[in-house]
Amino acid sequence: MENHTEHGLRTYLIGFVLAVVLTAIPFYVVITHALPPQRTLLLIAGAAILQVLVHLRFFLHLNFTTTPKENLLAIVFTTVLIFIMVGGSFWIMFDLHQRMAI
Amino acid sequence: MSAAVTAHESEAAETHEQRALGFWLYLMGDAVIFALLFATYVTMVNNTDGGPGGKQLFDLRNASLETALLLVSSTTFGFASLCSRTGNRGAVLFWLLVTFVLGAGFVFLELREFAGMIKIGAGPDRSGFLSAFFTLVGTHGLHVSVGLTWILIMCGQVMMKGLSVPVTSRLFRLGLFWHFLDIAWVGIFSIVYLPGLL
Repeated sequence: MENHTEHGLRTYLIGFVLAVVLTAIPFYVVITHALPPQRTLLLIAGAAILQVLVHLRFFLHLNFTTTPKENLLAIVFTTVLIFIMVGGSFWIMFDLHQRMAI
Repeated sequence: MSAAVTAHESEAAETHEQRALGFWLYLMGDAVIFALLFATYVTMVNNTDGGPGGKQLFDLRNASLETALLLVSSTTFGFASLCSRTGNRGAVLFWLLVTFVLGAGFVFLELREFAGMIKIGAGPDRSGFLSAFFTLVGTHGLHVSVGLTWILIMCGQVMMKGLSVPVTSRLFRLGLFWHFLDIAWVGIFSIVYLPGLL
């Protein structure tokens, strides 16, 4: 039990440190304007995606061995759904925007 | 007797994660709501109608402070979860209260930001951009407020009922909810605040 708790504590602390690093990098780049805007946006997106994965792994304890299959299925299904809905919305709205502008 | 109870309890503890499927489905529904609010915000971000944009309104110090409060609160909730496993009631209450204070600080900063924006005429009725901003960030703030209420309720249950199997199971779900809100906040500072201040 003691070992189990120690392992759990380490998991949260690793997650915390990784999250701090992945937050500090984009904030730092935005404050200092160290990169051109386009690259900064890419960096923000990359750090955000990594940080979401860190949260899922270290705080929500998602993994491929102990997490029930149906939970993983729900997450994968939702991810696909979000891609279709958000991607579809962007496609329609930006296409419309371009047509209205011309 | 006590051996039978602990065996029963550990068995119940093992099924917690499996039984959380319903709660995961709820969280995924919430994720869809947030994803669509993000999509709305991105399509509206330039529709300022001649009013103030993100560059004039957002304050990076405030946003980074909010980020820090929520991230630390997520970690302190993790400590509460760990203490609930070893049955340390006092420690669970302590970490839940620390989480509550950090979360309340977050909501306070957010409300102060909203009040400041409305005061200078940049309320949700000013432009499409601001409507989308207040809806997205406000929905997240509302979730955090509900989470704070839930933390207080769980503090009460831990005090009155102790760390029984149902109470631990509820704490587990509250943990999923609280950590999920931190993920939604990662989206908010990465899509709203940081690009707005570029």
